[in-house]
Amino acid sequence: MIKITSSEFEPYRELEQYQLQQKAQLSGKQGAANVFVGTMRDFNDGEAVKGMTLEHYPEMTEKQLEHVLADAKKQWPVLDALVIHRVGDVFPDDVLVLVAVWSAHRGAAFDACRFIMEALKSRVPFWKQEILNDDTRRWVAKNTDGYVN
Amino acid sequence: MSIKVRYFASLKELIGRDSDVCEFTSGMTVLEAWQSVVPDKVIPNNILAAINMEYVSLDALLTNEDELAFFPPVTGG
Repeated sequence: MIKITSSEFEPYRELEQYQLQQKAQLSGKQGAANVFVGTMRDFNDGEAVKGMTLEHYPEMTEKQLEHVLADAKKQWPVLDALVIHRVGDVFPDDVLVLVAVWSAHRGAAFDACRFIMEALKSRVPFWKQEILNDDTRRWVAKNTDGYVN
Repeated sequence: MSIKVRYFASLKELIGRDSDVCEFTSGMTVLEAWQSVVPDKVIPNNILAAINMEYVSLDALLTNEDELAFFPPVTGG
Protein backbone atom coordinates (compact mmCIF):
# COMPACT_ATOMS: atom_id res chain seq x y z
CA MET A 1 0.00 0.00 0.00
CA ILE A 2 1.15 3.50 -0.79
CA LYS A 3 0.08 6.55 1.17
CA ILE A 4 1.10 10.19 0.71
CA THR A 5 0.05 12.38 3.61
CA SER A 6 0.30 16.01 4.64
CA SER A 7 -0.45 15.05 8.27
CA GLU A 8 1.99 13.96 10.96
CA PHE A 9 2.03 10.17 11.34
CA GLU A 10 3.25 7.72 13.95
CA PRO A 11 5.04 4.95 12.01
CA TYR A 12 4.72 2.17 14.58
CA ARG A 13 1.00 2.73 15.00
CA GLU A 14 0.58 2.68 11.21
CA LEU A 15 2.54 -0.58 11.08
CA GLU A 16 0.45 -2.18 13.78
CA GLN A 17 -2.79 -1.20 12.07
CA TYR A 18 -1.59 -2.33 8.67
CA GLN A 19 -0.38 -5.70 9.96
CA LEU A 20 -3.78 -6.30 11.57
CA GLN A 21 -5.53 -5.36 8.36
CA GLN A 22 -3.26 -7.67 6.31
CA LYS A 23 -3.38 -10.56 8.77
CA ALA A 24 -5.11 -12.94 6.36
CA GLN A 25 -2.54 -12.27 3.66
CA LEU A 26 0.53 -12.61 5.91
CA SER A 27 -0.50 -15.24 8.45
CA GLY A 28 1.59 -18.39 8.26
CA LYS A 29 3.56 -17.10 5.27
CA GLN A 30 5.61 -14.26 6.76
CA GLY A 31 9.00 -15.10 8.22
CA ALA A 32 10.54 -11.64 8.11
CA ALA A 33 9.55 -8.00 8.19
CA ASN A 34 12.01 -5.21 7.53
CA VAL A 35 11.15 -1.65 8.47
CA PHE A 36 12.83 1.64 7.57
CA VAL A 37 11.80 4.90 9.23
CA GLY A 38 13.28 8.17 7.96
CA THR A 39 13.11 11.21 10.27
CA MET A 40 13.92 14.88 9.75
CA ARG A 41 17.24 16.07 11.25
CA ASP A 42 17.79 19.60 12.60
CA PHE A 43 20.96 19.99 10.53
CA ASN A 44 22.03 19.47 6.94
CA ASP A 45 25.03 20.35 4.83
CA GLY A 46 26.77 22.21 7.70
CA GLU A 47 23.76 24.35 8.69
CA ALA A 48 21.05 24.21 11.33
CA VAL A 49 17.65 23.55 9.74
CA LYS A 50 14.45 24.50 11.58
CA GLY A 51 11.87 23.32 9.09
CA MET A 52 11.28 22.04 5.63
CA THR A 53 8.64 21.99 2.92
CA LEU A 54 8.24 18.78 0.95
CA GLU A 55 6.83 19.43 -2.49
CA HIS A 56 5.62 16.60 -4.72
CA TYR A 57 4.01 15.96 -8.10
CA PRO A 58 0.62 14.50 -7.19
CA GLU A 59 -0.32 11.35 -9.14
CA MET A 60 3.17 10.96 -10.62
CA THR A 61 4.43 10.32 -7.10
CA GLU A 62 1.99 7.45 -6.62
CA LYS A 63 2.58 6.13 -10.14
CA GLN A 64 6.36 6.02 -9.70
CA LEU A 65 6.06 4.43 -6.26
CA GLU A 66 3.87 1.71 -7.82
CA HIS A 67 6.65 1.10 -10.36
CA VAL A 68 9.24 0.89 -7.56
CA LEU A 69 7.17 -1.68 -5.64
CA ALA A 70 6.55 -3.68 -8.82
CA ASP A 71 10.31 -3.68 -9.56
CA ALA A 72 11.02 -4.92 -6.02
CA LYS A 73 8.46 -7.71 -6.41
CA LYS A 74 10.12 -8.79 -9.67
CA GLN A 75 13.47 -9.18 -7.90
CA TRP A 76 12.46 -10.61 -4.51
CA PRO A 77 9.59 -12.76 -3.22
CA VAL A 78 7.83 -9.92 -1.42
CA LEU A 79 4.57 -10.84 0.32
CA ASP A 80 3.55 -7.27 0.99
CA ALA A 81 4.95 -3.75 1.23
CA LEU A 82 3.85 -0.50 2.84
CA VAL A 83 5.20 2.95 1.96
CA ILE A 84 4.04 6.14 3.69
CA HIS A 85 5.59 9.48 2.74
CA ARG A 86 4.97 12.89 4.22
CA VAL A 87 4.48 16.07 2.15
CA GLY A 88 3.96 19.73 3.07
CA ASP A 89 5.48 21.52 6.04
CA VAL A 90 7.63 19.36 8.33
CA PHE A 91 9.83 19.95 11.37
CA PRO A 92 12.81 18.23 13.03
CA ASP A 93 11.89 14.83 14.52
CA ASP A 94 8.89 14.46 12.19
CA VAL A 95 8.81 11.12 10.44
CA LEU A 96 9.17 11.69 6.69
CA VAL A 97 9.01 8.17 5.33
CA LEU A 98 8.13 4.63 6.35
CA VAL A 99 9.01 1.60 4.22
CA ALA A 100 8.03 -1.87 5.44
CA VAL A 101 8.48 -5.13 3.57
CA TRP A 102 7.19 -8.58 4.50
CA SER A 103 8.67 -11.77 3.09
CA ALA A 104 9.11 -15.44 3.98
CA HIS A 105 12.85 -14.95 4.64
CA ARG A 106 15.05 -12.13 5.95
CA GLY A 107 17.26 -11.79 2.87
CA ALA A 108 14.43 -10.68 0.63
CA ALA A 109 12.93 -8.46 3.34
CA PHE A 110 16.23 -6.62 3.97
CA ASP A 111 17.18 -6.31 0.30
CA ALA A 112 13.77 -5.28 -1.01
CA CYS A 113 13.34 -2.66 1.74
CA ARG A 114 16.73 -1.13 0.89
CA PHE A 115 15.95 -1.23 -2.81
CA ILE A 116 12.58 0.50 -2.34
CA MET A 117 14.10 3.25 -0.18
CA GLU A 118 16.99 3.94 -2.58
CA ALA A 119 14.68 3.88 -5.62
CA LEU A 120 12.28 6.26 -3.86
CA LYS A 121 15.19 8.66 -3.29
CA SER A 122 16.25 8.66 -6.93
CA ARG A 123 13.00 8.17 -8.90
CA VAL A 124 9.97 9.45 -7.04
CA PRO A 125 9.15 13.15 -7.53
CA PHE A 126 9.48 14.73 -4.10
CA TRP A 127 11.61 17.84 -3.43
CA LYS A 128 12.83 19.25 -0.13
CA GLN A 129 13.14 22.95 0.57
CA GLU A 130 14.88 23.68 3.87
CA ILE A 131 14.23 26.64 6.16
CA LEU A 132 17.38 27.78 7.98
CA ASN A 133 17.47 29.53 11.36
CA ASP A 134 17.56 32.98 9.75
CA ASP A 135 14.41 32.06 7.76
CA THR A 136 16.23 31.80 4.46
CA ARG A 137 15.06 28.93 2.30
CA ARG A 138 17.21 26.66 0.16
CA TRP A 139 16.35 23.73 -2.10
CA VAL A 140 18.16 20.48 -1.44
CA ALA A 141 20.00 19.99 -4.73
CA LYS A 142 20.46 16.23 -4.58
CA ASN A 143 20.26 13.30 -2.23
CA THR A 144 23.45 11.88 -0.68
CA ASP A 145 24.53 8.24 -0.89
CA GLY A 146 23.12 7.75 2.60
CA TYR A 147 26.41 7.39 4.47
CA VAL A 148 27.80 10.88 4.98
CA ASN A 149 26.41 14.32 5.58
CA MET B 1 -3.87 21.50 -30.45
CA SER B 2 -1.90 22.01 -27.27
CA ILE B 3 -0.02 20.35 -24.44
CA LYS B 4 0.15 21.36 -20.80
CA VAL B 5 3.65 21.99 -19.45
CA ARG B 6 4.25 21.91 -15.68
CA TYR B 7 7.28 22.96 -13.60
CA PHE B 8 8.17 21.90 -10.08
CA ALA B 9 10.40 22.88 -7.15
CA SER B 10 13.45 25.08 -7.87
CA LEU B 11 12.68 25.04 -11.59
CA LYS B 12 9.26 26.57 -10.95
CA GLU B 13 11.01 29.40 -9.08
CA LEU B 14 13.61 29.84 -11.81
CA ILE B 15 10.95 30.15 -14.48
CA GLY B 16 8.59 32.18 -12.31
CA ARG B 17 5.41 30.16 -12.99
CA ASP B 18 4.14 26.64 -12.46
CA SER B 19 2.71 25.88 -15.88
CA ASP B 20 2.36 26.89 -19.49
CA VAL B 21 0.21 25.86 -22.42
CA CYS B 22 2.32 24.96 -25.43
CA GLU B 23 1.00 24.97 -28.96
CA PHE B 24 1.46 21.44 -30.24
CA THR B 25 2.84 20.64 -33.66
CA SER B 26 3.21 17.14 -35.05
CA GLY B 27 6.63 15.60 -34.41
CA MET B 28 7.41 17.99 -31.54
CA THR B 29 10.00 16.72 -29.04
CA VAL B 30 10.30 17.45 -25.32
CA LEU B 31 13.28 19.73 -25.96
CA GLU B 32 11.38 21.63 -28.65
CA ALA B 33 8.48 22.14 -26.25
CA TRP B 34 10.91 23.62 -23.69
CA GLN B 35 12.35 25.96 -26.32
CA SER B 36 8.83 27.04 -27.24
CA VAL B 37 7.60 27.82 -23.71
CA VAL B 38 10.86 28.94 -22.05
CA PRO B 39 12.67 30.59 -24.99
CA ASP B 40 14.77 32.84 -22.75
CA LYS B 41 16.46 29.99 -20.81
CA VAL B 42 18.79 27.19 -21.85
CA ILE B 43 17.51 23.88 -20.54
CA PRO B 44 19.44 22.92 -17.36
CA ASN B 45 21.84 19.95 -17.68
CA ASN B 46 20.39 17.97 -14.80
CA ILE B 47 16.71 18.49 -15.69
CA LEU B 48 14.27 15.59 -15.60
CA ALA B 49 11.24 15.34 -17.89
CA ALA B 50 8.06 13.30 -17.78
CA ILE B 51 5.21 12.83 -20.25
CA ASN B 52 1.94 11.85 -18.61
CA MET B 53 3.90 11.14 -15.41
CA GLU B 54 6.40 8.70 -16.93
CA TYR B 55 10.08 9.64 -17.29
CA VAL B 56 11.24 10.40 -20.83
CA SER B 57 14.37 11.69 -22.56
CA LEU B 58 14.54 15.14 -24.10
CA ASP B 59 14.21 13.70 -27.63
CA ALA B 60 10.94 11.89 -26.83
CA LEU B 61 8.01 12.75 -29.09
CA LEU B 62 4.91 14.46 -27.76
CA THR B 63 1.28 13.78 -28.59
CA ASN B 64 -1.52 16.34 -28.61
CA GLU B 65 -3.00 16.91 -25.11
CA ASP B 66 -0.04 15.32 -23.31
CA GLU B 67 0.95 16.61 -19.88
CA LEU B 68 4.67 17.39 -19.98
CA ALA B 69 6.58 18.12 -16.77
CA PHE B 70 10.06 19.47 -16.10
CA PHE B 71 11.76 19.28 -12.71
CA PRO B 72 15.15 19.11 -10.95
CA PRO B 73 16.64 15.90 -9.44
CA VAL B 74 14.28 14.47 -6.84
CA THR B 75 15.15 14.71 -3.13
CA GLY B 76 12.50 12.80 -1.20
CA GLY B 77 12.86 10.25 1.56
